[in-house]
Amino acid sequence: MFMFEKAVVGSRRYWLWLAALAAVMALGFIAWFRQLTYGLGITGMSRDVSWGLYIAQFTFLVGVAASAVMVVLPYYLHNWKVFSKITILGEFLAISAVTMCMLFIFVDMGQPMRVLNVLLYPTLHSMMFWDMVSLSGYLFLNALISLVTLSAERKTVPPPKWIRPVIILSIPWAVSIHTVTAFLYAGLPGRPMWMTAVLAPRFLASAFAGGPSLLILLALAARKLMNFDVGREAIKKLSVIVTYAMVINVFLILMELFTGLYSGMPEHKFPIQYLFEGLSGHAPLVPWMWTSIILAVVSLVLLLTPRFRNNEKILPAACVVVFLSLWIDKGVCLIISGFVPSPLATITDYAPTLPEMTISLAIWALGALMVTVFYKIAISVRQTVGEVSH
Amino acid sequence: MSVTRKEFLRAAGVSLVVLAGGKSLLKGANGKRWGMVIDVPKCLAKPDCTKCMDACNAAHNIPHFTDPRREVKWIWKAKFEDAFGETEYAADAFRDKLLPVLCNHCAQPACVRVCPTQATWKREDGIVMMDWHRCIGCRYCMAACPYGSRSFNWSDPRPAIPALNSDYPTRTRGVVEKCTFCEERLAKNQLPLCVEVCPQKALTFGDLNDPNSEIRRKLREQFTIQRKPELGTKPGIYYIV
Repeated sequence: MFMFEKAVVGSRRYWLWLAALAAVMALGFIAWFRQLTYGLGITGMSRDVSWGLYIAQFTFLVGVAASAVMVVLPYYLHNWKVFSKITILGEFLAISAVTMCMLFIFVDMGQPMRVLNVLLYPTLHSMMFWDMVSLSGYLFLNALISLVTLSAERKTVPPPKWIRPVIILSIPWAVSIHTVTAFLYAGLPGRPMWMTAVLAPRFLASAFAGGPSLLILLALAARKLMNFDVGREAIKKLSVIVTYAMVINVFLILMELFTGLYSGMPEHKFPIQYLFEGLSGHAPLVPWMWTSIILAVVSLVLLLTPRFRNNEKILPAACVVVFLSLWIDKGVCLIISGFVPSPLATITDYAPTLPEMTISLAIWALGALMVTVFYKIAISVRQTVGEVSH
Repeated sequence: MSVTRKEFLRAAGVSLVVLAGGKSLLKGANGKRWGMVIDVPKCLAKPDCTKCMDACNAAHNIPHFTDPRREVKWIWKAKFEDAFGETEYAADAFRDKLLPVLCNHCAQPACVRVCPTQATWKREDGIVMMDWHRCIGCRYCMAACPYGSRSFNWSDPRPAIPALNSDYPTRTRGVVEKCTFCEERLAKNQLPLCVEVCPQKALTFGDLNDPNSEIRRKLREQFTIQRKPELGTKPGIYYIV
């Protein structure tokens, strides 16, 4: 089934890695079970900051999922052959990221057993309904595409013709998942921090920087650990994409800062102040935000200098820096600061609790496990095919 | 037979009214829109009074959590400045005074717009209602409400109910709740409890769509303000200041 036989043969190192991930997942499951029986009061969320780490991780990971389009589009639409090996890695990363997104939404539900009410009472005016539609559609599209193309490859036949329109459809679909995710936030009258038309463009820019930088790291890891080289040229092209996207992302953040601070409108200014200097003595996110900013600047220096960007020793460091900067910005700061101050002008700080972090880490571990297993399958298929044809 | 434009328009208008009336009869609606006027000076005359909150909490089995992060609140007191925004000197007389706040039962409720399951919806009479059995606990409505009127049950509320009222449901953990304008009392032609128990008669409840109602008379006679009317939510709670 789905070439899973490729995933059950591996080195000792492979199994140890999977076992470690499974152990983290088990811990997360225990924590989640406690959350299920006690309630979300086990987390650091509150009446004022009613979304926290879970929804922030979800938001960040939608970007990672959407970023697959940065390899799919050049490869399938523009026939960029340099991406012939990395595209399948991008698609499997997308599948893993969407699964993580769905799990982060699921663990955030107060009544998870009722989650199918979203389908039982489809509500067209709710952005959350559309988010569910676009995410599950994206998961389906990518699962179908990677299954069909990889099976064809194993049989050393060209993929069937009908898959091409499906692949083309997956391109705007990738854009849609992150646009709809931005619409979750950008249409709320009571949350001025998110009330910005550049939220969706900003989400896309950060996605197309963060996702491909993770993909570069994974491709380099695959070269080192699995003896599978996507090609120097592919990495190089992808690093240019990361550079452009990161520049646009930083530009859009500066736009947000200008509008919020120059206008001086309290409701736009306060959340920014909360992030950058603290508000009425509350400053839990200030070190995070400045770390993100410094990392962003460092990443731009590394990426914009061709000497650094094209150096395969420095590029991984640049990718780590990009990824961390964006993770802090989107996966920590943006969601939490949207709740400060509350509609009744209260400043409530939020810090995730240990169970909350354990559950989040477990979902990341599941994502890592999915990526490992999928990459193992894809690379084994490629290597077997390679041996046969030689 | 010739019809003048005026006659045609009149006939069309009458038919529309009949049609609309018929439709609303079918739906059992009576064109009401419940709303409230809060007379702040009257309320402030008894600054330590908590009768409205106490009666509401007791009647609706509202749990008492001391941690403000876990609080469940339907009607409570907030500082004038926190409810209405910074005014520099304009509100010197009021700034730190406490006044009642509750769900605004907006005509354009953001919470209803975002709810993915219609677990919160707008009734024909204007009440923004909650179905605690359908709510999946996603808290999107809490992110959407610009008034902070919604509370979440972060854990089982039942052990925290001081004295159980067996005539009213309790909630389970993991669902959102808020003021319902005492729809259970309105169904029995009774006023909302907060209105009834207020010793100052500071709360006036009534039909905003009826020009002859007491509430509309108050709105005609006195200057009132609403919380954040610029957001377009059309709140149904008015404050006399």
